[in-house]
Amino acid sequence: MNFPEGLLYSEHDEWVKVDGDVLTLGISDYAQDALGELVHVELPDVGDEIAAGEAVCEVESVKAVAEVYSPVDGEIIAVNEDLDGEEETINTDPYGAGWLVKIRFTDASQLEGMLSVEAYRKKVDEA
Amino acid sequence: MSLRRTPLYDRHVELGARIVEFAGFEMPVQYSGLKEEHERVRSAVGLFDVSHMGEIRVRGPKALEAVEWLCSNHNAPLEVGQAQYNVMCNEAGGVVDDLVVYRMGEEDFILCVNAANRDKDFAWVVKHGSRDGAEITDEGDDWAQIAVQGPKAQATLAKLTDVDLASIATYRFARGTVAGVADCIVARTGYTGEDGFEVFAPAQAAVMVWDALLDAGEEFGVLPIGLGARDTLRLEVRYCLYGHELDDETSPLQAGLGWITKLEHDFLGADAVRARKGKATHRLAGLVIEGKRIAREGMSIVHEGEVVGHVTSGTRSPSLGIGIALAYVRSDLARIGTELTIDVRGREATARVVKGPFYTRQEA
Repeated sequence: MNFPEGLLYSEHDEWVKVDGDVLTLGISDYAQDALGELVHVELPDVGDEIAAGEAVCEVESVKAVAEVYSPVDGEIIAVNEDLDGEEETINTDPYGAGWLVKIRFTDASQLEGMLSVEAYRKKVDEA
Repeated sequence: MSLRRTPLYDRHVELGARIVEFAGFEMPVQYSGLKEEHERVRSAVGLFDVSHMGEIRVRGPKALEAVEWLCSNHNAPLEVGQAQYNVMCNEAGGVVDDLVVYRMGEEDFILCVNAANRDKDFAWVVKHGSRDGAEITDEGDDWAQIAVQGPKAQATLAKLTDVDLASIATYRFARGTVAGVADCIVARTGYTGEDGFEVFAPAQAAVMVWDALLDAGEEFGVLPIGLGARDTLRLEVRYCLYGHELDDETSPLQAGLGWITKLEHDFLGADAVRARKGKATHRLAGLVIEGKRIAREGMSIVHEGEVVGHVTSGTRSPSLGIGIALAYVRSDLARIGTELTIDVRGREATARVVKGPFYTRQEA
């Protein structure tokens, strides 16, 4: 399993990449493997206001569905529309072309509870 | 309670399967990936361990009488070597289980029942099928069962057996040697909608038969298939799954199983099924869903703002690329062509009632 450096991870198997006051959100390699081949992604609308801990989108395989949670309060500023019809990109490139949404956030302290790559790998190993 | 394992459990682990609990067993849910496994059964051949299913043996001079009383589909005309799909009903006209009856001899039957119902069914058959001269035995742990399914199933199995497979018609079976294991049952039955066989082998020989089948099928691209693809395969051809479309309350007629419910004959529960006929508030309907949202078990069906039913099984059909579901829907809305709405976690999906199986086998 691949867990790149430089990202933050969540207990729910999301990853975020922070760039200034914008973060990119996706699901981890572990999450895509557990779900299996993805066939549907329910994305929010650009401009939606979201709260930390809220589900911002759903990713769905033939056998299961998972909600993807935002770690921060903020606004959706972009969604990955290229996934439409190409949902398996999330399986093949979960940290790159398989990103889900970009969120502009206001309170960086909300990211403090997230896991480092070492802590996340430990969680996955123990799962 | 500790989980049970089939004789092939170690093989599943070695093959890299993801193991889940199912009906009290530790079973493989997928190996290489659900879609690939599903497609391989449709296009070539796949191997399923279905040893978790139960076998109840009914033997003796009163065996036929017992089976006729317990099962819905009028078994008397069954010939030795013939199998038949049935339900067992309770006194209220609900379904105890759906099962396949194999006539092994004039006075010898095997009832193949769902894993989840093994203990319930055995108790039921003993309670209601016991007659002087009907001997009822739980053989569930004695048999391993391996399903070989797909257009290359016969070519795969033919390499390993002296049984003349071409002469076995659908829902017929023969006894013979498979992979050097004597006394197997080779039945042209399955739960996928494809051509194929189910091989019953003595439990202690399961690994030999499994390994030989994987080897024999290699040239055709055989894959081991988990419960995930087993479910999508059966749903595409609209086969019921007990606990989803069938249960102790639902009548077989509501579930669309009138074709195996021979009400002109007497069997346990027939009176209640007759009395309920035509009065069901809800009926099972097949739904095709527009767009990409996927219906899942338990979701509400809505019509003009009112909840009119619930989804019992739903998925994205790997073969067809569309959303499909089975649902109990208010009887007046279960007609072909009716448009309904499914509440997908607060979002709407439009569904249409369709006739028959979603997928039909591609004839060679």
